Amino acid sequence: MELWFSEPHTKNVKMSIRVDKQLHTEQSEYQRIDVFESPEFGRFLTLDGLMMLTEKDEFIYHEMITHVAMASNPQIKNVLVIGAGDGGTVRELTRYGTIENIDMVEIDERVVEVCREFLPQTACRLDDPRVHIFYDDGLRFVRRKENCYDLIIVDSTDPFGPGEGLFTSEFYGNCFNALTGNGILVNQHESPYYPDDAKAMQRAHKRIREFFDVCRVYQVHIPTYPSGHWLFGFASKTVDPLAADVDNWNTLGIETRYYNTELHKGCFAIPNYVKELLKNAD
Amino acid sequence: MLDQHRAPVYEALLKYRDARVVPFDVPGHKHGKGNPELTEFLGKACLSVDVNSMKPLDNLCHPTSVIKEAEELAAEAFGAAYCFFMVGGTTSSVQSMVLSVCKAGEKIIMPRNVHRSAINALILSGAIPVYVNPGVNERLGIPLGMSVKDVEKAILENPDAKAVFVNNPTYYGICSDLRKITKLAHDHGMAVIVDEAHGTHFYFGENLPVSAMEAGADMAAVSMHKSGGSLTQSSFLLIGSNAEKFGVTEGRVRAVINLTQTTSGSYLLMSSLDISRRSLAVDGKKIIEKAVNNAAYAREEISKIGGYYAFADELINGDDIYDFDRTKLSVHTRDIGLAGIEVYDYLRDNYDIQIEFGDIGNILAYISAGDMWKDIERLVSALAEIKRRFSRDKTGMLDHEYINPQVELSPQAAFYGNQHSIPIEKSAGKISGEFVMCYPPGIPILAPGEKITPEILDYIKYSKERGCMMTGTEDMAIENIKVID
Repeated sequence: MELWFSEPHTKNVKMSIRVDKQLHTEQSEYQRIDVFESPEFGRFLTLDGLMMLTEKDEFIYHEMITHVAMASNPQIKNVLVIGAGDGGTVRELTRYGTIENIDMVEIDERVVEVCREFLPQTACRLDDPRVHIFYDDGLRFVRRKENCYDLIIVDSTDPFGPGEGLFTSEFYGNCFNALTGNGILVNQHESPYYPDDAKAMQRAHKRIREFFDVCRVYQVHIPTYPSGHWLFGFASKTVDPLAADVDNWNTLGIETRYYNTELHKGCFAIPNYVKELLKNAD
Repeated sequence: MLDQHRAPVYEALLKYRDARVVPFDVPGHKHGKGNPELTEFLGKACLSVDVNSMKPLDNLCHPTSVIKEAEELAAEAFGAAYCFFMVGGTTSSVQSMVLSVCKAGEKIIMPRNVHRSAINALILSGAIPVYVNPGVNERLGIPLGMSVKDVEKAILENPDAKAVFVNNPTYYGICSDLRKITKLAHDHGMAVIVDEAHGTHFYFGENLPVSAMEAGADMAAVSMHKSGGSLTQSSFLLIGSNAEKFGVTEGRVRAVINLTQTTSGSYLLMSSLDISRRSLAVDGKKIIEKAVNNAAYAREEISKIGGYYAFADELINGDDIYDFDRTKLSVHTRDIGLAGIEVYDYLRDNYDIQIEFGDIGNILAYISAGDMWKDIERLVSALAEIKRRFSRDKTGMLDHEYINPQVELSPQAAFYGNQHSIPIEKSAGKISGEFVMCYPPGIPILAPGEKITPEILDYIKYSKERGCMMTGTEDMAIENIKVID
């Protein structure tokens, strides 16, 4: 018997992963949640049939969405994470003793429950005493906050579905308002390669640029995401990740498999076609 | 009791499609095959039922089978004696109402804050309006309903009037005391006709203002395409159970409708009315409740932002705000120093959010069962952002939406009178031959036959400067206006 999970990456491209068994499936109030066991990628989580993370490659995403900002400003104490129900981003954040508070806002409580049960690899630090989980809409949560977070990480799904509101001008403006003077916004910035993803990336970039003086993107390689070429956004009122002195990060003794301080600079070097897309984002 | 789960027009169209009838009749696109680009855009399913009247599908001008059955089902669902399927918008319903109750030279009592379609009907019929000035809320600047006292005065002063026209509700969601006004009018032998362009849901929701049919009114124009869920331009015209006393019979009204209505009624529009009526009759309570809850949530969240005033029931005063439609999300914006129209433009230009209208001091977001929670969150967050980014001092802002008119000529006499065009800024003191209005909401600032005053000119200038879409004059730029010689 052959059992395969398939995800269309475009109308004409499909990625398939052989599955040993399905560990869980349910339709929550917001989306369909599935967890599979596979020989190549270990366990993996999909939402509405779209790949969120696999045990094998999630370290790339979670290290890179976290450590670039943390190395750029070691003073970060109060962090807001939006989405991130799998717990991977929170796991990376809890490795910093200097962080005093982590608010995590996830709309779908079921995602967190399912990950606690089936994906302890990412959900393992959700019970850290500094972590406070709010089951709420990110857009609603953030518009009530002003000048309080040093870092906001938007670890969202794609802009089609429950995550749609997290790719809008009103959301980025609300985030600007919720950040402190040296605040940083890091967001899941879609992929530049396939045209539909690239359009979402351009829209997000254009909107973030309206609010923040520093507005960069950096790239990572995630084997199980469409095209494998993925971007994160780094926006800030004052902190420039390329001007920051990141060498001190190495004294923290945080062991990583992907991030290092050379890559910190390198990941902001982006291909010409992506530069072109960003330049023309309006 | 009819079976409200039936939808006769829809069922007949399904049968027609299944029979794979070969079309040698209009429309010439022949189920879309003759116009592949249009079919690609609108879909094969849609084009395959864009068909003409024929025996099995009945005829809108003279319904005897499936359209008649569908109209009877709709009448029952709305508590009416009869219901006409209308395909020319609620404008055509309003005009047919007025034309059914008033002949040339006969008087009709109405509030001045009517939609332009009502005054258009006066031009068509030659009826003479007796305007009742609506109340005005000082803080919001908006025109309200009619107070019973004012209606009574108009009735006593004009015992020869044929009908009283009532908005139920106004664009802003405000209702007059329709039951009392109806009784008063009937006691004096006048018909009551009701513009319910914004009141379809009153027939199905709970704890909403009274509907025209329930209040005993004689006719009502109901915009099914607004809160009823049908396609744009489809509408119902209802006749009440006592309407015969005023000469309003099914046959007479159909004759009036057929004066101006197309003989090629769209089956897309008619089937949308049929299906939407079924869903309201079967599920309406739930559907409307969802809209009420969405609006209540949005009001609560908008109030938390501060600066905005999302008004509702608290305005009710037992008189010219006899009741309020809680599905309406009307928000007063002047306190953050922005005209409603400016907030309306910011929402679209900066946040990709389109609302129903913005005027001088208010915006209205149309709420229905079709709203997703995440879209309401976006609207609220965008309003918070607009306040943070764009709010300013409110000194010097115009504070009213409504100016009492000075009527010099009947709308028809003015419209057909000898006119000439002059620059609008030089027109003070003249009698207007044209409409001027912001659209939306489409309530005339000036109607044909009304005196142009400096106050009205200031209002028009201010509205233009703030970015209102002005319409009505022959001059598309609204720089010149035709006045009576």
